[in-house]
Amino acid sequence: MIETEQLTRRYGNLTAVDALSIRVEPGQVLGLLGPNGAGKTTAMRMIAGFLVPTSGSARVCGHDVLREPLQAKRALGYLPEGAPSYGEMTVREFLQFIVRMRGLKGEAGYRRFDAVVQQLQLDDVLGLGIDTLSKGLRRRVGLAQAILHDPPVLMLDEPTDGLDPNQKHAVRQLIDVMARERTILISTHLLEEVRALCNRVVIIARGKLLADATPAELEARSRYHGAVSFSAPGSGMSQEMLGRLPQVAGIEIDPLDGRITVFPKPGARILEPVETLLREQGLEVSEIQLERGRLDEVFRQITSGDEATAGARA
Amino acid sequence: MSPVNAVLRRELRSYFVTPVAYVFLVIFLVLAGILTFYVGDFYERGQADLQPFFVTHPWLYLILVPAITMRMWAEETKGGTLELLLTLPLTLWQAMLGKFLAAWLFIGLALVLTFPIWITVNYLGSPDNGVIVAGYLGSWLMAGNFIAIGACLSALTRSQVVAFILTALVCVLLILAGQPQVLDFFQGALPRRLVNAVAHLSMLRHFEAISRGVLDLRDLVYFLFSTLGWLIAGVLLLDLKRTR
Repeated sequence: MIETEQLTRRYGNLTAVDALSIRVEPGQVLGLLGPNGAGKTTAMRMIAGFLVPTSGSARVCGHDVLREPLQAKRALGYLPEGAPSYGEMTVREFLQFIVRMRGLKGEAGYRRFDAVVQQLQLDDVLGLGIDTLSKGLRRRVGLAQAILHDPPVLMLDEPTDGLDPNQKHAVRQLIDVMARERTILISTHLLEEVRALCNRVVIIARGKLLADATPAELEARSRYHGAVSFSAPGSGMSQEMLGRLPQVAGIEIDPLDGRITVFPKPGARILEPVETLLREQGLEVSEIQLERGRLDEVFRQITSGDEATAGARA
Repeated sequence: MSPVNAVLRRELRSYFVTPVAYVFLVIFLVLAGILTFYVGDFYERGQADLQPFFVTHPWLYLILVPAITMRMWAEETKGGTLELLLTLPLTLWQAMLGKFLAAWLFIGLALVLTFPIWITVNYLGSPDNGVIVAGYLGSWLMAGNFIAIGACLSALTRSQVVAFILTALVCVLLILAGQPQVLDFFQGALPRRLVNAVAHLSMLRHFEAISRGVLDLRDLVYFLFSTLGWLIAGVLLLDLKRTR
């Protein structure tokens, strides 16, 4: 479990994290989402005990990170931004160093070492210097470091940054498997990742919490939620007909590929009426799609709205 | 103490996988040899002791210890590994102690490797080996003090060059504090008691006392407190960094 209460961090006049209160329970994968410079990394560094908060507090598994730092750090597996590691060491030396630092002794240490090497497929590179590894491999070594002591709480700062699609998939699977009984907090600016991984999303910008919801709830905030889109050449005449349907709020046509999107009135379901109408008109529609909503649009709306109000205040 | 041990081993290993250790050992041993024989007149003095050898040590440390300690924290700060290290379950003290002990043991190894000169002087004459042991002890204590200064100043900056220069500067001031030229300079300006205090700050004076074979408690306490003081300052600096 991770809890923060009014967690605040200032650098001079700049407030990087502003009274952030969140609570992540076991079984949750919370995605901390925000534009660059929103305060994601600063918030994580405070929870990890690397930075001291200006005010407010953070607890990991009930241990205050300032008052019981060692207990909090023992409960936490942390992948810092950029997955830093000691370049002059080999992967084996580095992971053995972590084993010793985590106080894993004898048999237990070997077991965890082997398990993690297998989970992250590091067998082939154990003898290589970390300096010589690709970005993706280095990230995997960083992940191995974070999960080595099998922590109940996992905090990963941009875990898939710099990975290719296959590696991203592998890392997401790993997180998925680990998620079952653990508390996981990941930061990202990849919206696909949120949909793929997280069962809860917190959006922050300028250090402030702006939204706390499930990915589906966020998608429902999109104006695309429940919209129906299709491609149909020569459908100019049917637009008017579509617009006259009682459930329809509006219609847009993509100027590039001519794809038509029909927006519903709030709460209305329009897939069936639209389909019926198109069939009645005898229009050839190759494929028709019901939109779930666009996270990127919601994200932009939430985070840029904040900028506008902040600008108005300034 | 397990985290201290883990940090210590990691640091020592990093000395030896990078050229730092070998460059240091070769330069230290070669310079110590050359200075002892050519500047210290080891033969011409006609005395069976290692005084000409030990007097070179403060000056060797002045150049070589900052070279070892400059990377200690500056490199971790710059490379981002400081965040990794400080979010592992260990205290700042344990991290500092591990790094300090690694450097101190390493200098200890360098001192052990000067054993041929001890064999030489025993072959040529019959020196007081007790005095020689005291000399080695004093030299090692002084090295520890230099390392503590370097460790503290390395925590101050992310630039290794700045750490090197600051460390060398503080060390040279502490070496020279007891020299007559320096004391004469203060003689007119400061009251007598303060001049005496400056003289007592001199590392050279305490080192020379020990290396003559006089194990005075005051000299040992000087090195102990000074070393501890710089290490505490280093830990406080690191802690301060987390709040700024």
